[in-house]
Amino acid sequence: MSGTNDDADGKDDPVGGVRAAAEQLWEEDAVKLLGLILGIFALYLVGGALLDFGARQQVNLLANLFFYIGVFAMLALALNLHWGYTGLFNIGVIGFMAIGIYTTAVLAKEPALTEPAAGSIGGFGLPLWLAIIGGVLAAAAFGGLVALPALRLRADYFAIVTVGVSEIVRFTVLESDFQKMQIAGYFVGLGGGSGLILDFDPTDDLLEALGLLEPYTAFTESAGAALSLGSNPKPVFDSLLYGLILLVFLIGFYVLLRRVGNSPFGRVLKAIREDEEATQSLGKNTRRFKITAFMFGCALMGLGGILFFAVQGAITPSAFRPRLTFFVWIALIIGGAGSTTGSVMGGAIFAAFLFRGPLFIKNVVQQNVDSDAVDTFGQAVSPLISGLDPFPMLLFITDNLQQLQLVIMGLVLIYLMHNRPEGMLGHRKEEASTISLNRPERSTDSPGATPATDGGEPVDGGDTDE
Amino acid sequence: MSDTGAGVETNAPDADVEIDEAEAHDSEVEEAAKHTPRGVPLRVEGLRKEFGGIVAVDGADFAVEEGSLTGLIGPNGAGKSTTFNCITGVHEPTDGAVHFRGEEISGMSPDSVANRGLVRTFQIARELEEMTVLENMMLAPKGQTGESLWRSVLPGLRSGIMGEERKILEDCWEMLDFFEIDHLAHEYAGNLSGGQRKLLELARALMTDPTMLLLDEPFAGVNPSLEERLLEHVHELREEGYTFLIVEHDMDLIMENCEHVIVMHQGRMLTEGTPEEVQSNEQVIEAYLGGEVE
Repeated sequence: MSGTNDDADGKDDPVGGVRAAAEQLWEEDAVKLLGLILGIFALYLVGGALLDFGARQQVNLLANLFFYIGVFAMLALALNLHWGYTGLFNIGVIGFMAIGIYTTAVLAKEPALTEPAAGSIGGFGLPLWLAIIGGVLAAAAFGGLVALPALRLRADYFAIVTVGVSEIVRFTVLESDFQKMQIAGYFVGLGGGSGLILDFDPTDDLLEALGLLEPYTAFTESAGAALSLGSNPKPVFDSLLYGLILLVFLIGFYVLLRRVGNSPFGRVLKAIREDEEATQSLGKNTRRFKITAFMFGCALMGLGGILFFAVQGAITPSAFRPRLTFFVWIALIIGGAGSTTGSVMGGAIFAAFLFRGPLFIKNVVQQNVDSDAVDTFGQAVSPLISGLDPFPMLLFITDNLQQLQLVIMGLVLIYLMHNRPEGMLGHRKEEASTISLNRPERSTDSPGATPATDGGEPVDGGDTDE
Repeated sequence: MSDTGAGVETNAPDADVEIDEAEAHDSEVEEAAKHTPRGVPLRVEGLRKEFGGIVAVDGADFAVEEGSLTGLIGPNGAGKSTTFNCITGVHEPTDGAVHFRGEEISGMSPDSVANRGLVRTFQIARELEEMTVLENMMLAPKGQTGESLWRSVLPGLRSGIMGEERKILEDCWEMLDFFEIDHLAHEYAGNLSGGQRKLLELARALMTDPTMLLLDEPFAGVNPSLEERLLEHVHELREEGYTFLIVEHDMDLIMENCEHVIVMHQGRMLTEGTPEEVQSNEQVIEAYLGGEVE
């Protein structure tokens, strides 16, 4: 409603008009997200310049950064469906990611029809896209399997089950009995402790399927030379291309979950989060909704896991410790549980500042501050006490920033819990409906009317009614 | 109605006075029923609920007539809320049966009961606090096609839902107007006052298009002026044909507004009848009012 006033004022005052227009633009979630990500990129580019990075390193830096922004945002979005919307306390995110990527790996790896050499394991040799669908479906099915008994439990016990299940998954892939098996003539397996080598390349596979691999390779050669990216520029372009693929998936996740949220289905999920018994008393079969939402979220987590690990070259069980689950939780809490846009923002901020940030800052500082950090905590503390000289301490902290990463995350989490438990956007009213919920009387035939211009009507209507 | 009488007899054989009372009342109701035939949507037979060794409800038998405003009263621990929970599917009765519109509903899940048109409100209003008033309202209508995940997501199907949503939205605004809480439409339900919550809860229950409403202490914690408004709404709705069963602590309120009163005490049915009959029943006076009535 204040937006309407600003607009009116703006007609007389061009400066105010521009500001109002900018404010209105900022109201658009897409603009917010774009602004945030571009801001992060700019910061990293400045940092890269301070590190004397060349073009190739800068591009790699951004591609790498965007990879983590993309995967954490996607995983936060999936978790938001569980926790933010339905109130399902899932602390087994990594387990569903593992199911996704392991299934994809087993389905897509080159088949081995004769006993392979020690240490190598075959797969079923399916095309990658089919294997990805298989991985997503497996994660969903596994989610359903967990949900059937677990959703009967109270919220806290449900959480324990999910974290337990994610550890069971990890121990299962670690199990030497499943390391190598023969199924229908194929030598397949989960690789045990040494993991699986992913002998597929998502970007190459995609380009080959599109028939673009040849022109793409030629393009990387010429563009690489033009941008002086050094020899063998293809990996750089590959990571950029993968970033683009992630962006497409991220937009897909975002649109999908917004639609889920702003629908009667999402409304029931929110109601379950608020009070399941009251929701049941209104005739909603809450169990069905919970299972559907849980399976759907698990499918998305599976896809997130596939996108996360498919380009890592190999997967080992140690990558699937619960730690990553909590990273996703931190991202969601920063962004604000319950908000779709907030989840993406949280993912971006977590990836840029908490996940990649410490190491990056350490590098930047060490590059630019010309002194050596002391080796031990004692050596750092004593000048602080004896001579009130904080620099050895600061250098020591910077030097160990990578190791302090988890401590920093913990501090941020404690701060947020105390001062802003709703996160960045968790306080926002995102009304769960496919349509604007303003009084329809005068705008029955224009459902697309913007809330800003529509916003005045309920007040008018309310006045006349009273 | 004869089975109602029989139920009281078998479950309270030691209370001679009560049997007489019940039988007298029984024939009276039958008499009345001959003149004004009314359906009996809700019939509770020999309802018994045990929690471990505790018997919370020990043989409740009663029926609620169509279009009536029936009160269920009793002191604390009389088993009123447990009876309510057994009717609405929150608890599964240990023994006995609940029939709603000719169908046995005992043991059904709460949502199945609600979907059959028997909808409850809660003693402490249970708003969905971090949802707006309108979201609360729009949640309620039954059988929304948009409650299917795929229909909400897929492009072609989603536009079909939007038409349905527009219709529901209109109904919601109408209902909010009726309860005069339309100015709160975009407010979080958690920000409403106790009385406004009760109004919202009743409005929300009505959005499910029920035939009968079970109100669990709808007037507790409501200020007198809002209480009056709420009562007005209840009477208005009853005239429209809704059936009400109200659990209430406030004896005067029930006596003034209900046409039929059921009294429970220590998990048993004490008596039932018109407010006058109940008020003059010595057992009721003794058990419920501690001998201090008028």
